[in-house]
Amino acid sequence: MNLDFTPEEQAFREEVRAFIEENYPKHLGDVGLREDLSREDFLAWHKILGEKGWSVPAWPEQYGGTGWTPTQRYIWSEENARVNAVMPLPFGVSMVGPVIYTFGNEEQKARHLPGIRSGEVWWCQGYSEPGAGSDLASLKTTAVRDGDHYVINGQKTWTTLAQYADWGFFLCRTDTDAAKPQEGISFILVDMKSPGVEVKPIKLLDGGYEVNETWLTDVRVPVENLVGEENKGWTYAKFLLAHERSGIAGVARSKRGVEKLREIAANETLDGAPLIEDMDFARKVSQLEIDLAALEITELRTLAGEQAGKGPGPESSILKIKGTEIQQRLTELTLEAVGSYAAPYYHSVANDDGSNEYPVGPDYSAHAAETYFNMRKTSIYGGSNEIQRNIISKMILGL
Amino acid sequence: MDFNFTEEQDMVRDGLSRLVRELYDWETRRKAIESEAGWRPEIWAQLAELGILGMPFSEEVGGFGGGAIDRMIVMEEFGKGLVVEPFVPTVVCAGGFLKHAGSEAQREEHLSAIIDGSRVFAFAYAEPRGRYDYADLETTAKKDSDGYVLNGHKAVVIGAPWASHLVVTARTGGDRRDREGVSVFIVDKSADGIVTRDYETVDGRRASEVYFENVSVPADALIGEEGAALPLIEQVTDEAIAAHCAEACGAMKVAHAMTLEYSKQRKQFGVPIGKFQVLQHRMVDMYTAYETAVSLTYLATIKLDAGEKERKRAASSAKVGVGQSARFIGQEAVQIHGGNGVTDEYAIGHYFKRLTIFENEFGNVDHHLKRHVSLA
Repeated sequence: MNLDFTPEEQAFREEVRAFIEENYPKHLGDVGLREDLSREDFLAWHKILGEKGWSVPAWPEQYGGTGWTPTQRYIWSEENARVNAVMPLPFGVSMVGPVIYTFGNEEQKARHLPGIRSGEVWWCQGYSEPGAGSDLASLKTTAVRDGDHYVINGQKTWTTLAQYADWGFFLCRTDTDAAKPQEGISFILVDMKSPGVEVKPIKLLDGGYEVNETWLTDVRVPVENLVGEENKGWTYAKFLLAHERSGIAGVARSKRGVEKLREIAANETLDGAPLIEDMDFARKVSQLEIDLAALEITELRTLAGEQAGKGPGPESSILKIKGTEIQQRLTELTLEAVGSYAAPYYHSVANDDGSNEYPVGPDYSAHAAETYFNMRKTSIYGGSNEIQRNIISKMILGL
Repeated sequence: MDFNFTEEQDMVRDGLSRLVRELYDWETRRKAIESEAGWRPEIWAQLAELGILGMPFSEEVGGFGGGAIDRMIVMEEFGKGLVVEPFVPTVVCAGGFLKHAGSEAQREEHLSAIIDGSRVFAFAYAEPRGRYDYADLETTAKKDSDGYVLNGHKAVVIGAPWASHLVVTARTGGDRRDREGVSVFIVDKSADGIVTRDYETVDGRRASEVYFENVSVPADALIGEEGAALPLIEQVTDEAIAAHCAEACGAMKVAHAMTLEYSKQRKQFGVPIGKFQVLQHRMVDMYTAYETAVSLTYLATIKLDAGEKERKRAASSAKVGVGQSARFIGQEAVQIHGGNGVTDEYAIGHYFKRLTIFENEFGNVDHHLKRHVSLA
């Protein structure tokens, strides 16, 4: 047993770091994650990576993947976290992409994979429904065969960043008489510009517009947009969710977040001394670091298993639960560290002239509250943490 | 990066696992800990014969050249069976002091006797008022013409009733709690002036209050440099922490498995209680707590030979994280076992007791959280 990186892996890290330093768009470096990014901002790094051939590192090489080992991918994510990079969105890269190259036909691969790699085509995910939530299998959106088309009707919700999307992947019920709710569901690709698709942004409690309600009214979709077999969509959905969960731990980003938290707490004062020297506060930071260290080793153990040929299994649910709990505690502690300057509502005090100077409080305080509010989503999305516990209890504990 | 074990390590684990299963079944263990001796010297001899006691020592001194990972494997198996034999005080602590700082003569005298099982050690470091501070010592060692004279009272010395020798920390200079002036001695337990009061511990082991009343020891009883032993004590106790964390992982693994099994058998309201989601989620949380503990134990074990700060941070991280998991899993396991969990007859309560005492060994969660803060 040995936790050290090999000389080859160290060299890889140097190479990656140099590439990021040279090529990562400088203007994004200051933006971080919590401003309202434009479509162009989201895609800028993705496009550069697409040209380099690094936009879909985990894909098989034949589809444009890098052939990196899981360890190399881990190093890659660490190096990106160092500059707080705006990473390629997961909807194309780690969700629909793997489904298409695993279950799609040759035509679908040829048509859709290049746009995902290059970042030219923006994807969104049509899974959740207002009445379904974590009980995904109870979804009601229907796709009815009419000649060489499906006619889709229904309502989806929490469609992340659908306001920018060119394409969406939707779970639709194609057999309403199926014996079990999981059966009779199909995985269908929808051109978001099709008539009958309507996207309406939902304002979230952090003030941002990250998700949408999506209505589909008599949307006609060619049957060649069905992925895999009709009524077998649940299988592909589960496959996708397991992929989504690996990498969801967000270790590298949380490590960067703890560093930032320490900087903030060194700057803030309590009883005339730096907040970080207050034992009560310092212990909370240490506890967070300890839990993060445990999560990191757990993720590395999972990666090592993957490297040995085990795919992302139910263990990834541990990473989801622990990773999101840590992300939430981190933003909670950051909010605590900021103190009363957490209160000003960023959107009401932001400068209109586009300057970078924050008009109220220290610059690190501007987004503390909204980030905290925003991160409440992490234990809810991607299968709530309660659902993850159900998965572990069934698949690992056999209960 | 590599989380695999070598073929030899797998063999050690398998062999030990079989030994614990066969010789450490529940009833036999109960009889042993209730017997007058309180342990089984014949098991100790068997461990020596299998090479387990010599594993972490170099081949030159008759050991097998193993390291921290091997120790971790041994302790995890011991934890599964709630083995009471004093591997940590003898092999990890006394062995550690000798390995890191013993003179050639000291190693020659003691190491081979540890490896062949003929000498058993206890580590007398704690004092009634010192809590977890290794430098908070009222025990003194005054130099005289032939060597040193020890006076003081050592508290809860685990394994002392079984021991032939003691490793003793004492102040040779400086004031109480000074980092300087701390020394370590190896003392024959039968030396004149040593009085012990032996008792059982709640987790099935034996311990003693040890009193030193003008105990004369020769000059060569001193290990390492006089007055400069604190860093050495910290290194050895971090090794003991990693070992105990591995032991706790083994105990937690069994406690969790027992609880799962019980929840599948035990029926309430007409169904196995494992069908209730509220219990399922608690058992999932126990499982993730266990995996967390394993990860931190790996970290502490791997970092034992790293730089001082890195080693201490990893050991404290493990003591905090494994300690929290140990308490959580122990308490939940008892709760899910219901009334049976609080009886002496069911094994689960005994795992709970061991995990509870583990928390305090070489510093509890609060202590190590503070140490972690100080190492930021």
